Parts: sequence; C-alpha cells; structure tokens
Amino acid sequence: MTKKNSKRQPFEVKDCALAALATGKKAQNLKEMRDTIETVHPGSIYYHFWGGLLKPRFDDPEYNNDFASWTRHGLHDGILAERLGMIDPTTLPDLEDLRRELIDTIEEHLDSNEHIPWAPPDQQFHFITSQIVVFDTRKVIISPPELVGAVSTMTPSSIFYHFIDARRRTFGNIDDFSAWLYGFKEKYVDLCNILGTVDPFFFSLTELRNRLTLILEQYFEERT
Amino acid sequence: MSSNLELYSEIVGWEVIDQLHQLSSLLKNIRVVHVNSTREGGGVAEILHKLVPLKKELGLDVSWEVIDGNSDFFKATKGFHNALQGHKLEIPDTLLKAYEKTNEQNAEKLRSKLMDADIVFIHDPQPAPLMNLFPDRKGKWIWRCHIDASRPNRIVWRYLRDFIKGYDASIFSLAAFAQPLPHPEYLIPPSIDPLSEKNIELEDSEVISTVSGLGIDTDRPFMLQVSRFDSFKDPIGVIKAYRLTKRFAPTIQLVLAGGEAADDPESQAVLEGVRTAANNDKDIHILLLPADAHRVINALQRAAYIVLQKSIREGFGLTVTEAMWKGKPVIGGDTGGIRIQVVNHHTGFLVKSPEGVALRARYLLFHDEKRLEMGRKAKAFVKDNFLLTRHLREYLTIMVSLIHGEDERIELG
Repeated sequence: MTKKNSKRQPFEVKDCALAALATGKKAQNLKEMRDTIETVHPGSIYYHFWGGLLKPRFDDPEYNNDFASWTRHGLHDGILAERLGMIDPTTLPDLEDLRRELIDTIEEHLDSNEHIPWAPPDQQFHFITSQIVVFDTRKVIISPPELVGAVSTMTPSSIFYHFIDARRRTFGNIDDFSAWLYGFKEKYVDLCNILGTVDPFFFSLTELRNRLTLILEQYFEERT
Repeated sequence: MSSNLELYSEIVGWEVIDQLHQLSSLLKNIRVVHVNSTREGGGVAEILHKLVPLKKELGLDVSWEVIDGNSDFFKATKGFHNALQGHKLEIPDTLLKAYEKTNEQNAEKLRSKLMDADIVFIHDPQPAPLMNLFPDRKGKWIWRCHIDASRPNRIVWRYLRDFIKGYDASIFSLAAFAQPLPHPEYLIPPSIDPLSEKNIELEDSEVISTVSGLGIDTDRPFMLQVSRFDSFKDPIGVIKAYRLTKRFAPTIQLVLAGGEAADDPESQAVLEGVRTAANNDKDIHILLLPADAHRVINALQRAAYIVLQKSIREGFGLTVTEAMWKGKPVIGGDTGGIRIQVVNHHTGFLVKSPEGVALRARYLLFHDEKRLEMGRKAKAFVKDNFLLTRHLREYLTIMVSLIHGEDERIELG
C-alpha cells in the first residue's frame, strides 16, 4: 500500500466499528416480531442482517440473520427459520425491500398456522440498531494489482466496511473494490464479476479476506 | 504516542490505538466528569481506575468524582440494585428521602465541577438524581447502568425512571437490560485491563507461592469463584455444586474469594451464610480479601483448575472475563452478561443449577485437552471483544456522537 500522494483516484482504505444502540423494541412472539419489523428503523434491519459478521463466532452460522436464528432458537420454529434464512439481502435493492420480504415471509407463515409461537421471557428478541464509525487508515491503493497485498493485510473490520457496508453506499449495491475497479472502464469487468459471486454470508470476515485475497492473487497472476 | 497506549498497542495492534487517537482528536478541550459512589470495590470503580487515566493520555480533560453517603443512603441504593435485578421488595420512604437528600448534598459539593462539564457520566442509580439538580447544566449527561435491569421491580424502576428520563443518553451492557427511555440507549459491554495487576502475566513461582500462602493445597485441583459475597452470585449453590463434584473427584477443593464493597451493606450476612454452609469443610477455602488484592486474585485465577461464576443474576461478570483472559474456560450461570462471554461448549459452559455446574466440572476434570483448548478460545475471545481499548473506543464514539451529532454514520479522518 502507498501513502496518499497521487493525483489519480486512489482507493482509500477505511476501517470501521459499529456502536450498538438499543431501540427499546422487542418481540416475544411472531406477531410482535412482524409488527415491529414493520416500524423499526431500517438501521435495525441492517444490523440484524449484517452486524453479526462483525461479531466473532466459533461455529459456521446456522442462519444468515438474527431473525432466522431467533425463530429457530427462541420460537423453536424450524420451518420459518429456514425460510427467513434463505432471504438474501444482496439481491434486494434496499433495506425497505428487505423489510417487505421479511414481513411477507412471516405473514405467509402466520396465515398458515393456527397458533402464534412464543418465546420464553428471557429469550425475547431485542431490536438493536447501530452507528457506524469510519476510520481513515491513511493508506491508499493506486493500481489494481496492489489490491492483492492490500486486501491480504486488511483488518476484518476493513473487510466489513469495503465488502459488506459498501452495499448500502454504492450505486448498484456492490462492494467498494468492484465500484473502484469499474472506474477503470472495461478493463476489470471480469474481476468484478468474480467478486460479485462471493457470498459474504457463512464466512467469518477473516475467511472472507482470505477468499478475496485468493481471487485477486489468481486473477493478477494469470495476467502477468 | 504515550507510553501506556504503546503498551496496549503491543497487545491489540497499533490500528486500534490509532482509532482511539482519531476519535479523541474530535474531543480536544472538552471537560468530562465521571461520577459514581465508591472509589474502591466492585467492577465500576475498577473500570474507572483504568478508563480515566487512558482518556487523559488521549488528551481529554477528565476527572472522576465520588459521592458521599450515610448508611441509609447505601441501604436505599442496595435496595435499588436488588430491585433492578428483580427482587420484590419495598424501599421505605425514610430511605428514599435519605437517597434524595444525599444527592442534594452531593450536588452542592460537586456544583463547580459538574455545572460546566461538557460531558458527565453518571454511573448506576446512586448518583442518578444529580442531573435534575442541575437545571442550568451546560453539557450532555449520560446515565451508565452497570446492572442487569432486564426484569426490574416495576415500582422501583418507575421511581428511578423519573431521575433518568431527562438524560441525553444512557448506556446498558446488553440489549436485554435496556428499558424504554426517551433518549438514545447505547449498548457497551464492560472490559478488563490486560496490563493491570489483576491481569498481567505472573511467574509460575509467584502463582504457587501466593496460592499455597492462602492455605490451599497446590498439589490438588481447585474450583474457584471470585465475587462479592452477594446472594445473586449464589455462593451457597457453588458449595452444593462442589459437594456434588467431590463425589466423583475426591481431591477437589473449592475456593470462594471475595471482598467487601463499601457500598454493599448486605455482604456480611451473606458471608455468614456461606460459612455456615461450608460447615468447617477443610477443602472449602473462604477468602475475604482486601479491595486491593488484585495480584492475589490474579494468582488464584491462574492456578484454578476450573473457574465458576454461578450467578443467578449478573450485570456483566468481569471475573468471567478475567478468568477467560488467563486461558480458563468458565462454568457460568446462564444469565445476563455471562451469556455473551461464555459461548457454550467453546469458551466454557452455561448452566442453570448446581447440578449443571457439577456435570460440567466433572467433564472438564476428566478432559484436560478439551479444557486447555476451550481456554485458548476463551483468551482469544476476550482479546477480540472485552479489552479496555474496545471499551474506550465505544465511550469516545458516544461522546463524539453526542457532541457532533447523532448521525447513523460518523466519518473520521
């Protein structure tokens, strides 16, 4: 990585941390969950889909979001958990569409079941939202081949910022690396396509970093 | 970079320290005051002893004030503590009056320090009424709740809520503890200081001499619980668990190590109950340690074969974090902040009964490799999540957020 000194449009490496905030909203049964999802701040939907990636974990996650996980472990409803777990936020344009998808999935389930499942009092779902603090690492990447070394040494939270959080900020909901590479016109479109196939769920951020590094290494090796 | 921060950077990496500098650069020339009710004893005082000097090193103008109170004041606040943790009790009007009067007296004493402060952190219910006594306050006031208030006694919470609702923000350790309040409620788990006397590395020789000096047989394994003598820590349940374990591991010893906190008038009664339950068993070591016995606790935690924190209610449980940092898996009560530290079957075990403790203790006693592996995971987990530097970063974030606007996104640099 190079220190800032170029007039070209460099890739500025950022880092981040999430500050969690309670919303004061909670759900003890599926109907409360549905009603709260309808009104909760979109930042809470974001947190419960993506915030988990910034938490260290020991097992491969069963589900890709907190709603599915609670449905399984709080409500003991395995079928709905699987359905919620299959919602892929990367295919939806924004958080409002994601909210709608969650509500539709839950409503469909409520309509087809006589009883509303409840969680025990100490297993309520607490809706959390977050503020993201973005740090400037003062590192920049000038040319795309530098991505290999840069990505391989990024902190997990940098990976979160550029590969996960980016989808809220970029046109077309893509990661920052792809957004930057598209700036080189057609030259790296194939690399962007490969990066676009990486499913960010079910990897820890360290695993995700390793996977991205491997893709970048292979891509640039083949072209030298 | 100042020297203490350099030392932390050796543990957590320089990127983390750089983040602290970036945040604190936005907080130059602001005055910050922390207020609580005791300088020694308990997790709050311990955290402040570390956080305050580090904030100073980062260039903030920080002070720490302690309110005074008489025995009626502390009886009232102990009642609040128990009630917030769900005890059904009534606090007599005479004690409530003593609580309010004490805060009025302390408000006068602290007026010059709090009136113009830019940010005031009020810790726990003891000094909570102070804010209403400063109607012309200049700065932002934040109420920091260190207690498991997930299912509070409603009458007591309603009483305290009147003092708390006017704050600019509050901080809880877990989402489950947060109560509906008309201001932002941040979630910050507490932390430990890896460089403190309680957590630094010790030579094996010191560990052994310290532990044997306490009358503990270092040739035999011992289970350890370090905590105040408080009924919510369930020391009687720990003794029951030890007796169940001893049937399968006759050489096991139990060490219950605690101290008295200046703001806890009930600890003596609990201690007497524990001594009665121990019934002169020579393998049960009840240690009443002074508040500054940090190095002794460090040695005990390092020497322990199994560490317990069998709380039935727990705000966070810093003793769990301390033991995990020393590479010990913890058998902990399935409650409060223990749940976010003890990842079941990875960094320890979550249990709901003395029988559960005994079951898991037996497993760890006979699976040494698993015990060591869980200990390694536990230490890594603390490094990533519960060290002082993370805690400090979140405090700084809140300050930046309150002073520079509560946007969803704070861009630095």
